[in-house]
Amino acid sequence: MNNKIRCAGFGGQGIVLMGKLLAQAGMMEDKHTTFFPQYGAAMRGGTANCNVIVSDDDVASPMVETPDVILIMNGPSLDKFEPVVKSGGWIFYNTSLIDREVERDDVQVVKVPANEIADEVGSTRSANMVMLGAVAEKLGVVKVDTLIKALDVTLHGKGEKLMNLNREAMKRGAALAA
Amino acid sequence: MSDRVLMKGNEAIGEAAVQAGCQCYFGYPITPQNELTAYMSKRMIEEGRVFIQSESEIAAINMCFGAAAVGMRTMTSSSGPGISLKQEGISYMAGAELPMFFVNVMRGGPGLGNIAPSQADYFQCTRGGGHGDYRTVVYAPSDVQELYDYTFLGFDTADRYRIPTMIAADGILGQMMEPLVLTEYKQPTDLPSKQPWQLGDPSTQEPIWMTSVHLGEGKLEAHNLKLQKKHDLIEANEVRYEETMLDDAEIVIVAYGTSARVAKAAMLKAREAGIKVGMFRPITLWPFPNPQLNALADRIDNFLTVEMSLGQMIEDVRLATCGKARIHLHGRTAGGVPVEDDIVDQLKKILASKGDEIIRNF
Repeated sequence: MNNKIRCAGFGGQGIVLMGKLLAQAGMMEDKHTTFFPQYGAAMRGGTANCNVIVSDDDVASPMVETPDVILIMNGPSLDKFEPVVKSGGWIFYNTSLIDREVERDDVQVVKVPANEIADEVGSTRSANMVMLGAVAEKLGVVKVDTLIKALDVTLHGKGEKLMNLNREAMKRGAALAA
Repeated sequence: MSDRVLMKGNEAIGEAAVQAGCQCYFGYPITPQNELTAYMSKRMIEEGRVFIQSESEIAAINMCFGAAAVGMRTMTSSSGPGISLKQEGISYMAGAELPMFFVNVMRGGPGLGNIAPSQADYFQCTRGGGHGDYRTVVYAPSDVQELYDYTFLGFDTADRYRIPTMIAADGILGQMMEPLVLTEYKQPTDLPSKQPWQLGDPSTQEPIWMTSVHLGEGKLEAHNLKLQKKHDLIEANEVRYEETMLDDAEIVIVAYGTSARVAKAAMLKAREAGIKVGMFRPITLWPFPNPQLNALADRIDNFLTVEMSLGQMIEDVRLATCGKARIHLHGRTAGGVPVEDDIVDQLKKILASKGDEIIRNF
């Protein structure tokens, strides 16, 4: 099952938000879920990652040693986490910011031009939403519709303009992966 | 399951404390428990209760003493280095029989250490930490729901026995998010009244002698024996633990908190590989489940303690089992977290070993 997910990128890309949305959506689908961020001193531009497990069964350990799926938003994160993905697992990566190919041949790769699509939608900041839409559509970890509903909970109180951009970015990501 | 909310462990403790009627929170920031202090700074004010970010940990714990002395439901929280600073006050509160609930979200030590998850304050939590002949009730939850639930119990047990109680968590439990049911707090109807001992308005109340100093000959010994009676009662009534897959087990993993989560996953993996392994999870670290582990050692020869410290809880397991079994150690330290496959490998090594050999992972 593709249920151990690591999100990684640089601080400011909304990496932790990606993880929270996956966990929130998982919970809304009555699944078992845990979210664990890298924590402590962090800065915009530094590295950020978090682990999410979404499962039909009780989650024993919240730790993710060997992710089934990695969602990679920048180059250094691909270098760091490409080697640890489970054999047969999935690498989704942001080709807008990463200009190399995945070297491993025992994993499945989905290329997502997340920043370009986000720019087309009208908000570079929504690149993380494009990535989420793609993984939800491709792997069905959670439904795209549930992710969109989760936005209302996790980003409660944010302006409607931003919310619409995020929704649109998710849908575009999903369309890309369909 | 639709009434669940997704919450961080630190925040779940905070919300539970608010629900449990915590009237005063005093704290000083430290990673990895900052979200708890931040949460209280918002919620306690919303509820019209007392929140103070003190100038130091020592100030915070002495504010706890004052608030508890006048009968307030009182709380503080920190991580290892801060709890060390608070030990003097905790010892004084234990001596003066003041109820208080506190939280240690453990990080790597010794010294300022690091901010990574750890369980290396086990000795500090269970051996008093401060000076003198006293005990602290220690709960060790292993998921976000339990952090919430045991916060309720922490306040109630503190009031029931007039004793400081605590939750020993770690950076992972504090930082992780999990779905949580925000159950309603119901105060037990049999909690004793604080009226006979709490300080009140001096214009209407007779003076009450509240102290932890007893200088007269034999006075302190008599006082400590009274405390001991309370400790005996707690040992008889408040032990909590969880047993999993022990019926046919040939080896038992003993683990608490986050380590128990990883150990459980390892146990399930090992079972798939045909290893008859079960798990015993102490939920109270003091009182430790001594009789239960002792009984297990009558029929099981090998125990493996899994802890994020280099052999602290193992001492309690040895004491509980009285030399009847071999007690092995899987210890990680200073941010190292046990890995499922490493535990499974060690289980195999232990079952292949003979005689008195003790196997440890480092």
